[in-house]
Amino acid sequence: MAHNPPQDQGVTTETPFARALLIGLSLIFLLLVLVMPLLAVFTEALRKGFPAFLESLSDPETFSAIRLTLLVAGISVPLNLVFGVVAAWTIAKFEFKGKAVLSTLIDLPFSVSPVISGLVFVLLFGAQGLLGPWLQSNGIQIIFAVPGLVLATVFITFPFVARELIPLMQEQGNADEEAALSLGASGWQTFWHVTLPNIKWGLLYGVLLCNARAMGEFGAVSVVSGHIRGQTNTMPLQVEILYNEYNFVAAFAVATLLALLALVTLVLKALLEHHFSAELSASRRH
Amino acid sequence: MKTKLMRHVLAAGLLIGAALGVQAPAARADQALLNVSYDPTREFYKDFNAAFAEKWKADSGETVTIETSHGGSGKQARAVIDGLQADVVTLALEADVDAIAKKTGKIPADWKKRLENNSAPYTSTIVFLVRKGNPKGIKDWGDLVKDDVQVITPNPKTSGGARWNFLAAWAWARQANGGDDEKAKAYVTELYKHVPVLDTGARGSTTTFVQREQGDVLLAWENEAYLALDELGAGNFEIVTPSVSIKAEPSVALVDGNVDAKGTRKVAEAYLQYLYSDVGQKLAAKHYYRPAKPDLADKADLARFADVKLVTIEDFGGWAKAQPEFFADGGVFDKIYQPAQ
Amino acid sequence: MTRSASSGWQFRQPSVLPGFRWALGYTLVWLTLIVLIPLAGLFFKSAALGWHDFWSLAFERRTLNALWISFGCAFIAALANVVFGTLLAWVLVRYQFPGKKIVDSMVDLPFALPTAVAGIALTTLYAPKGWIGAPLALLGLKVAFTPVGIVIALIFVGLPFVVRTVQPVMEEIDREVEEAAATLGANRLQTVFRVLLPGLAPAVLTGFSLAFARGVGEYGSVIFIAGNLPFKSEIAPLLIVIKLEEFNYPAATAIAVVMLLISFSMLFVINLIQAWSRRRYGYGA
Repeated sequence: MAHNPPQDQGVTTETPFARALLIGLSLIFLLLVLVMPLLAVFTEALRKGFPAFLESLSDPETFSAIRLTLLVAGISVPLNLVFGVVAAWTIAKFEFKGKAVLSTLIDLPFSVSPVISGLVFVLLFGAQGLLGPWLQSNGIQIIFAVPGLVLATVFITFPFVARELIPLMQEQGNADEEAALSLGASGWQTFWHVTLPNIKWGLLYGVLLCNARAMGEFGAVSVVSGHIRGQTNTMPLQVEILYNEYNFVAAFAVATLLALLALVTLVLKALLEHHFSAELSASRRH
Repeated sequence: MKTKLMRHVLAAGLLIGAALGVQAPAARADQALLNVSYDPTREFYKDFNAAFAEKWKADSGETVTIETSHGGSGKQARAVIDGLQADVVTLALEADVDAIAKKTGKIPADWKKRLENNSAPYTSTIVFLVRKGNPKGIKDWGDLVKDDVQVITPNPKTSGGARWNFLAAWAWARQANGGDDEKAKAYVTELYKHVPVLDTGARGSTTTFVQREQGDVLLAWENEAYLALDELGAGNFEIVTPSVSIKAEPSVALVDGNVDAKGTRKVAEAYLQYLYSDVGQKLAAKHYYRPAKPDLADKADLARFADVKLVTIEDFGGWAKAQPEFFADGGVFDKIYQPAQ
Repeated sequence: MTRSASSGWQFRQPSVLPGFRWALGYTLVWLTLIVLIPLAGLFFKSAALGWHDFWSLAFERRTLNALWISFGCAFIAALANVVFGTLLAWVLVRYQFPGKKIVDSMVDLPFALPTAVAGIALTTLYAPKGWIGAPLALLGLKVAFTPVGIVIALIFVGLPFVVRTVQPVMEEIDREVEEAAATLGANRLQTVFRVLLPGLAPAVLTGFSLAFARGVGEYGSVIFIAGNLPFKSEIAPLLIVIKLEEFNYPAATAIAVVMLLISFSMLFVINLIQAWSRRRYGYGA
């Protein structure tokens, strides 16, 4: 932390040997569990060289998978962004009965198995589902089409933004908003000019993670997709299809796109955090 | 910030509109067919769809695009039951088409009689894929339960091909033991003790065998085994044909409920009929399926198929009997894995 | 949970901030539409089963076994994540070393990498012929296609939950506490284990529960590496998929409901712990 520079105090730190040991241990753990899988993805994708890698990405079905993934994320993420901000405002800024229940409910999709997340929409909108007959007689297709993919994705990524914002807004407290209000600002003005600037980095971070998960979701989307080639296959599903066609280079090539997305997310996140921590400590100091 | 957020919200609205718009053409598309199929037919239908589109264009002047969806046969059937708008289904098992017929009523119960050869335009069988030089000396089903042999096959609960594998093994053991079903059951039970990985689909098993180098023998569709040789290196594997196997009949059917709603009956019917034409049969044989009408296919392609004694599903009393007896909840397959009480 | 009911029952404490009704309304409507109604549909479907059928489907031996494997592996993986996640958080908060920024960002990788890709990559690595699997095989250890493989996949999936809940709390720890402990004659190990770690317990517990809850439901990454043998390495989500593919919706929903109920109660406990730790320590995850 900026206000607590590391000091070389014998009593509050370990011997250099212990320190090296702990750092070494955690690095080995990371290597085995995180770094090697990532390396494996890239190695497999480039197994037949860079031209083969590029060529395998130019397949029209892969293209439409990328387009669909962007479309689905492009709808789901803004929806969750708005929800996350409003939910965080409700939970962080007010004290009311049942708050613990409400915040548990918001977290619920985190712990619902992706398979179940897909299943619930099939049970609801499928031809055998509760609303299925009505939808069918009105010619509305929800599952096995874009709306179903969006619903499953919104469900899966539901808590991301809210969860990021709630602790942050709780930590910041209501003082800034109360001051603005007492100076005569309207509720909206307070929100736009006081709250939003305070939370913008946390918000962006939440949106980034939400987006990464939205683009990468597999289990839930797989249940509602129908796997129509070039139509309802998102990138993760396309990875599976290519893999099942023994087209390993192409499968891992699409996977690298998703991994790159993950890496870009992480880099952006690191940059944000840099900003974010500076701003946090600044806001704490005043 | 305000305008930015508003723009986000607007964009979201537009995208939703766009998404709904995307649906419209699919519903309106007069000449788009959706063929919902199972895993190993990808390569065949890729060629066949192109051939049919060309023929349809020549015959009627209309352009038809054929969309395909592949996956485990049971999963695909479930998708159609849940409302996937398939015009035709080309699945691994009669039982899966029956399930659609029964649960949705979109396919008439007598669908099997509507097309030649029990609605199976091509058939296949189950063979062994072993590693180069056949180091474990696997020649027939009996060798699979030798102490040091590991067998790769998918889960019959999720894979249509795996059910054919299971029944082929059973058929051999029954024959080897003079028709004793108890002994056949003992053999199959022993066989699954030699299976270290149960993948959910045929393609998953092939990958486990070929890429992960697990196991000594892969039980596979004949066409999958040949495809694996072509795609994954002929030098590394060999095909072994057992003394007895089963005639696997992947079924095709028109989904009446869907084609009538979409107005695609004519082209969908023509599509299925074309499977039985000389072009369809030639392509099937080229992709290592045994054509229903061998005289229409190329002799050279047919010569690749080994002679093998084939039992059929009728020897098990048909799918209507075999499916519940062997593969339903609490059926024979479940009992195999039930630990001793 | 103790509620302060000083002035009788009151839905909410007064606040000068506006928008409560509007925001709560929006939150509730959206929550209901996206999460509650779909989940309620699930319960509705399984209620149609009747109690007896539900009971026999949900507590069939094979189902119990799959639940046991899912929860057991998730538990072990979450424990491993508690150990290594806390260690990682400690290293990231307390020490300076080259590449620390990179390591810090790497921790979020499992949040962002699609699970199917992770599953395929982990299987490639840990299969008996893989980069890591081969040396382990020489030692007679088999990872992929055994429950150990499931644990590895779940460690991957759950790691960031522990690190990200423990890390911020660790940053807030006041060094004076440690100095005080040292002045009072505690050696470093005693300080760490008797003073520092107990203070972290609520955050660690939260991280544990999140990783655990996520691991129980995980499907995409596990399915490739598990081996999927009934009674040995068959996880509950796979069993749901199997039941679905047998067109056995009642059984699928019954298992789903059992998993949901367990997950929901766990999440509720987490949130209680969070609320409690916030009240007690003034900071929380």
